[in-house]
Amino acid sequence: MAKKETIKNNPVKEPASLNVDLPEEENEFHILNLGPTHPATHGIFQNVLKMDGEIIHEATPTVGYIHRAFEKLAERRPYNQITPITDRLNYCSSPINNFGWHMTVEKLINVQIPKRVDYLRVIIMELSRISDHLICNSVIGVDTGAMTGFLYIFQWREKIYDIYESICGARLTTNIGRIGGFEREWSAKTWELINNFVKEYPKALKEFSNLLERNKIFMDRTIKCGSISAEMALQYSFTGPNLRAAGVDYDVRVMNPYSSYQDFDFIVPVGTSGDTYDRFMVRQEEMWQSLKIIEQAIKNMPKDEHFHAEVPDFYLPPKEEVYNKMEALIYHFKIVMGECDVPKGEIYHCVEGGNGELGFYLVSDGGRAPWRLHFRRPCFIYYQAYPEMIKGSMLSDAIITMSSMNVIAGELDA
Amino acid sequence: MDKQELLDTVNKKLTEHFHGSIEHEELSYDFPVFTIDKEKIHEVLSFLKNDSDLNFHFLTDLCGIQTSDEKHLGIIYHLHNMPKNYRIRVKTFFPMSHPEIPTAVDLWPAANWMERETYDFYGVKFKGHPNLKRILNVDEMDIFPLRKEYPLEDQSRDDKSDKMFGR
Repeated sequence: MAKKETIKNNPVKEPASLNVDLPEEENEFHILNLGPTHPATHGIFQNVLKMDGEIIHEATPTVGYIHRAFEKLAERRPYNQITPITDRLNYCSSPINNFGWHMTVEKLINVQIPKRVDYLRVIIMELSRISDHLICNSVIGVDTGAMTGFLYIFQWREKIYDIYESICGARLTTNIGRIGGFEREWSAKTWELINNFVKEYPKALKEFSNLLERNKIFMDRTIKCGSISAEMALQYSFTGPNLRAAGVDYDVRVMNPYSSYQDFDFIVPVGTSGDTYDRFMVRQEEMWQSLKIIEQAIKNMPKDEHFHAEVPDFYLPPKEEVYNKMEALIYHFKIVMGECDVPKGEIYHCVEGGNGELGFYLVSDGGRAPWRLHFRRPCFIYYQAYPEMIKGSMLSDAIITMSSMNVIAGELDA
Repeated sequence: MDKQELLDTVNKKLTEHFHGSIEHEELSYDFPVFTIDKEKIHEVLSFLKNDSDLNFHFLTDLCGIQTSDEKHLGIIYHLHNMPKNYRIRVKTFFPMSHPEIPTAVDLWPAANWMERETYDFYGVKFKGHPNLKRILNVDEMDIFPLRKEYPLEDQSRDDKSDKMFGR
């Protein structure tokens, strides 16, 4: 039996800024400060928990620890210089953010993108989805005590990063592609890496599934843990795998196809109870579907040579032309200095990111930088349901609920 | 239903119920956009959500904006009806001297943090919000940083003046 402790005797001092309203009278709750840099939360998250023994009575999340004012920065930068900002939103799947931004600008300047570029983008976006989901799922494993799956599957993320590296030279914050397409044609090496990945990853994913999916301990820990109903999830504007786990089959790729997603045949997996296990299973199945999409994209790849659209205002000309042709030199300078004209307009474009609908609300006044750019960051919106989801559960369940929600600090705080 | 039809349908319904409160409507790229009088915004949103045909049950996004004359602030709502896949944008504007607007938390709980974010960056006071305080910035901050009057960089620098680039 735990000793009855009053708040007054509690050794944890409550700083004034925590803003937890404590009742005046003596009670048996105590305050536990989880985070901001707790090893089990995988990122900078602070939650002030009001605990009754090991049961969470109330949680107060504090966000903003790594806020970097991206929306303000974007109001000062030319359009092509905003891509590196988007890398740092959900850094587990940066290419999706990059392409999402490129597609937003392409919509604004109204350029037609070649089919082949769409397909190349789809390959990279689905690889990013796999890398995002495999991190999230293997981390759920770690938090339930299964380290092996994480260490084993992590090498496959390295292989995906090798693919990024061979295309754009960067691994984590990719800044991949340009407005209009890709910076250069993919090399034979890239295709070799992709083909190897598609051939070998299913085996590893199967092994990973065998490790956890029907594992009694894992199931006991995750089923009925951190559940959310479909109604509640919709009210809290959940999107992505978290919403689908609750049973709503909303996927931006199907509902508002972008980048030629309408050409691909895949299913949208849904769960029923919206608990941690369902979120895990939805992500597992989405990885299989992503592989299917990549295979289709490779098989049906248009036979032309296009790797970018004709947008001289935004797409850097080849270096040899810059040195030898006046026209190319002018465009090179205009792009580097951010002097290209954009139309006035107001755009909302959304893509299916690793953890939900990633939206870009862009208002252009015709100037060199956006007048206003707002990122609809899925995890900022659904993280506010977290206190409700963990109310009444044990502290250890709160930890796996958070890791199964795939909350990425960079995206949360923008 | 294509976007133009959606614009017309919503416009017809809104004109029927809120005659004179729709300041402007247009099709901007692929979104029907409605600018609503601030006084009626909560009723309009409530109508859009609860109307059995339109049923915009999902709040995709809520954010603030400053108008180009830098004298008005605005709130942008992106609404979504998932089963029918209708998406619209609703806007409302009000002077910066009196930045007050009713909250939408009673309609969509998701608006809670989005409104706090808007308050944090633009200083818009959402009447009836359960917990209106800063969310991403520190509580001690005394400015609203996304307003254009607070420049990003040190304005005493003259090497970055736009005049240098002929703007």
